[in-house]
Amino acid sequence: MENNRWELNRNLAQMLKGGVIMDVTTPEQAKIAEAAGACAVMALERIPADIRAAGGVSRMSDPKMIRGIQEAVSIPVMAKCRIGHFAEAQILQAIEIDYIDESEVLSPADDRYHIDKTKFDVPFVCGARDLGEALRRINEGASMIRTKGEPGTGDVVQAVRHMRQMQSEIRRLVSCADDELFDEAKQLQVPYELVRYVHENGKLPVVNFAAGGVATPADAALLMQLGAEGVFVGSGIFKSGKPEKRAAAIVQAVTNYTDAKLLASLSEDLGEAMVGINEQEIQLLMAERGK
Amino acid sequence: MSGLRVAVLALQGAFAEHEQALANLGVSAFELRQRRDLERSFDGLILPGGESTVQGKLLRETGLFDPLQARIASGLPVFGTCAGLLLLAGRIQNDERTHFATMDTVAVRNAYGRQLGSFATVGTCKGIGQIPMTFIRAPYLASVSGDAEALAEVDGRIVAARQGKQLVTAFHPELTSDLSVHEYFLRLIRAD
Repeated sequence: MENNRWELNRNLAQMLKGGVIMDVTTPEQAKIAEAAGACAVMALERIPADIRAAGGVSRMSDPKMIRGIQEAVSIPVMAKCRIGHFAEAQILQAIEIDYIDESEVLSPADDRYHIDKTKFDVPFVCGARDLGEALRRINEGASMIRTKGEPGTGDVVQAVRHMRQMQSEIRRLVSCADDELFDEAKQLQVPYELVRYVHENGKLPVVNFAAGGVATPADAALLMQLGAEGVFVGSGIFKSGKPEKRAAAIVQAVTNYTDAKLLASLSEDLGEAMVGINEQEIQLLMAERGK
Repeated sequence: MSGLRVAVLALQGAFAEHEQALANLGVSAFELRQRRDLERSFDGLILPGGESTVQGKLLRETGLFDPLQARIASGLPVFGTCAGLLLLAGRIQNDERTHFATMDTVAVRNAYGRQLGSFATVGTCKGIGQIPMTFIRAPYLASVSGDAEALAEVDGRIVAARQGKQLVTAFHPELTSDLSVHEYFLRLIRAD
């Protein structure tokens, strides 16, 4: 019986839908995240806000630290490798990671080529700012997409911009005439078949989460209403005053993202949100990495 | 097939895929997210794949847990896939938590290991026949007892079972185009 890894990997992302994936740096944080209702955790040495503050080159986390988190929780564990760094990805596959995030949050290792993800058995999630980036990553073998947003800022504006951009480009492709799709494929720099899929189905061929700058239950609800199928929360939880409560509130907000009354009660008394940085104040736009 | 209405638990996971399968069979479905959704009438319930820890927590926080458990125990037809199998299991071997625990089954969580252990195969299900089976970080049943009956085995492990009007699969029929397990569930709903 053939085992189509891409299909199985795409299927795992389907199981994560309607859920929240949380950044964690220690087994203790991983347990808090799992208890709060995270559907998966992202194991990394430093959360994006601290990577931003520290500067310098940011790399894959210590496999031993990732293993500690794998042992601490029963939900899927993801980890990040640098864009184009297929050796880091090979290492993450060797420790049986559930999902690799080829991420712009780390310093890119290759300024031209992304990883050929079709060569791997483990799944990859990649960031995208628009439909072209999303379909190029899928063509390279990504089985899940997330908006890039702007990690480590606590500012949701870029995640919103990227989600709106993607949705509006999808709507435009749906309305294209058949004979226009060939040129669309050329403009997007992707195979015709992928463009055809979006045209016929009105969505990406893989699950699409929102990420980058989500700090509150309202942020999560906003992105879900804009078409996200789930949410990554990085710095927003463990850089805030009451991580357990905020994490649980964001989980509930993603399930009931249209119920404003419930969202109001979920937003109460969450303590200090992460301070955040406005996009005009940042010097480094991580979203510019990897097109 | 008209007249039937099936509720799909939509707290987290692959609920949309089940709704699509039901739509393909001409059965109306609606999403169960909050306690007030229980005011609508329905003939059966689907518990989709996803993370059982998340679904179990949200079931309790939303107040859906007690009324659903009571209705399942008193005969509401229910079909659980993957995480749904865990929600219905009487005991989970490698987890001290249980959820509805309305079936006489013992389940093993993440029984095939991490994502690299996920696989697809073709197997035979009693009362259904040969079907594609997709296992994603799947559980299996270590044993069934009492009124619970094993319906399918893969490599000697129980991957589908039935007890009265409760049906569970460790695999995901909703991820394939084969509708025969959903049809079996609809027959279960209709049977006296």
